[in-house]
Amino acid sequence: MSVSPPAALQTQNLVLGYQRTTIIDQLNASIPHGQVTAIIGPNGCGKSTLLAGLAKLHPAKQGHILLDGRDIARLSPREMAQSLALLPQDGVAPDGMTVADLVRFGRHPHTGLLRQWSKDDQQAVVEAIATADLSSMADRPLTTLSGGQRQRAWIAMALAQATPLLLLDEPTAALDLGHQIEVFELIRQLSAEGKTVVMVVHDLASACRYADHLIAMHNGSIIAAGQPKTIVTPELIHQLYGVHCHLIPDPISGTPVIVGVQRSIEHRA
Amino acid sequence: MATTFLSRRMLIGVLAALGLLAIVVLLSLGIGSDNAIGFAQVLAVLQGAGDDQARMTVLDLRVPRTIIGCFVGVALGSAGALLQSAARNPLAEPGLLGVSAGSATAVVISIALGASLDNLQVWIAIVGALLGCSVALGVARMSGLGDDPIRLVLAGAALSSMLAAVSSVILLTDQRTADEVRFWTIGAIAGRNLSSIRPAIPVLLLGLAVALLLARPLAALALGEKVASGLGQRPKLVRTGVMISVALLVGSATAMAGPIGFVGLVVPIAARAIVGPDIRRALIVAVLLGPSFVLLADVLSRIVARPTETPLGVISALIGAPILVLIVRSQRLPAL
Repeated sequence: MSVSPPAALQTQNLVLGYQRTTIIDQLNASIPHGQVTAIIGPNGCGKSTLLAGLAKLHPAKQGHILLDGRDIARLSPREMAQSLALLPQDGVAPDGMTVADLVRFGRHPHTGLLRQWSKDDQQAVVEAIATADLSSMADRPLTTLSGGQRQRAWIAMALAQATPLLLLDEPTAALDLGHQIEVFELIRQLSAEGKTVVMVVHDLASACRYADHLIAMHNGSIIAAGQPKTIVTPELIHQLYGVHCHLIPDPISGTPVIVGVQRSIEHRA
Repeated sequence: MATTFLSRRMLIGVLAALGLLAIVVLLSLGIGSDNAIGFAQVLAVLQGAGDDQARMTVLDLRVPRTIIGCFVGVALGSAGALLQSAARNPLAEPGLLGVSAGSATAVVISIALGASLDNLQVWIAIVGALLGCSVALGVARMSGLGDDPIRLVLAGAALSSMLAAVSSVILLTDQRTADEVRFWTIGAIAGRNLSSIRPAIPVLLLGLAVALLLARPLAALALGEKVASGLGQRPKLVRTGVMISVALLVGSATAMAGPIGFVGLVVPIAARAIVGPDIRRALIVAVLLGPSFVLLADVLSRIVARPTETPLGVISALIGAPILVLIVRSQRLPAL
């Protein structure tokens, strides 16, 4: 087939964890440039830790993370934030904060005492809000928005950072089906515009449908990585989640969909 | 879409706070614990005229008192705004959390050991405030305690009472210390002169400068710790900065006027009510509103029990405590 695209982010023998516990052990992952990568796996497999590690929220205990070939250990938090935008799950917006207020925070890494707010910053904010299709709601308080709109506002904040890389931790958690699709379609659109996206996703069918590249994790290690159609098999699902299942192709996208799940008791015990 | 943080609301807030301050400064210069010197005489003195009695009252008593009140208000108002934002708790206030008590206890101990209130070393008050502040913010980050605004205040009350007990023991057993600080331990800006507070001024200004630098990263921190990190901030560094700034501000205010509670509670809440929760705006308005609150309380302290004066700390508590109760009542209390 084709030559794999260059890596936007790469980990080399990466070890991540808290004080004594190791969560991610000797991990070698590669995030293809310009694609949507979904990290999947059971609860506690280290997905979110890996995502946080890629954004340098946890320092690597061992190994390296390369961002366009540069070791991120040498980059300051500000330099990181200028090349990589992270949308974690813990975001809280104070009461009364509007969409524009929130999105303006995306310019934080680009402004400061010595570099005051400029026309470029304003431009980036306006464009990010437009991309997230929220222009008509820019001055509305976030509390008056629907769940999907609110999530798009947070994504718009990350877009205002104007980084080539976007890391999203479960961007559709707690959203209903319609709002999930709203967010995933925005992510596809961003990818089409040239962004590299990495997201942690729980729902396997969505991951298969909206991602170009999957990284399947179990117990802090990668057990499979590649195109969804190629790597997702009943065996992989069993390894990841301890369930028996059949896979059928999605009638529209052709990507794998799980049916007939049955819990495998001996595996979980 | 509003383009910068200088919104119309902010402009109105700043102008209103400045207007209020101007009125309160006039009241502070014109009202005494007796009616001897009124506004007309104050005006005359300020223009260089007036008799000796009026000149002495205005220039040696009321002007220094007003200036000290402004400093104390700036310090406690901004310290409260910082603490509330960093602890994500509308009740996090230097007085309620024991920061002021820490500072005051350190001062009482130093006086018992031989220092005098007039040549007091400001850094003693600052070290005490720093200890109180680190305990308070440490408790605020404990799981189960920090999440609940009211339990945090309970922890602060426990710390304050413990420190107050230490002070009381010293004051009961040491007559010289008791005479020196009797009025001061309740909080008062009466009778202090400008030369005795001079060492505290640069410290206060330094604390204020740190506070203003912290406003931007604190605003990002309000979105969540990971979000702030993702935006290139360093949450630990910011929290350390808050601790240092609050200690400098509360320490210098305590050195000037003793422990005065509730200023750091009421002022930031009023500021947020005017300009919204963003700390960058609320801090500036709190800096401007703080002096008004302190001076207003001080003016009341001269007139509620004429001809004697009531300590400023008592008036501040009489105003602040009902407001605290209102805030706690307006929030949904967790089931016990």
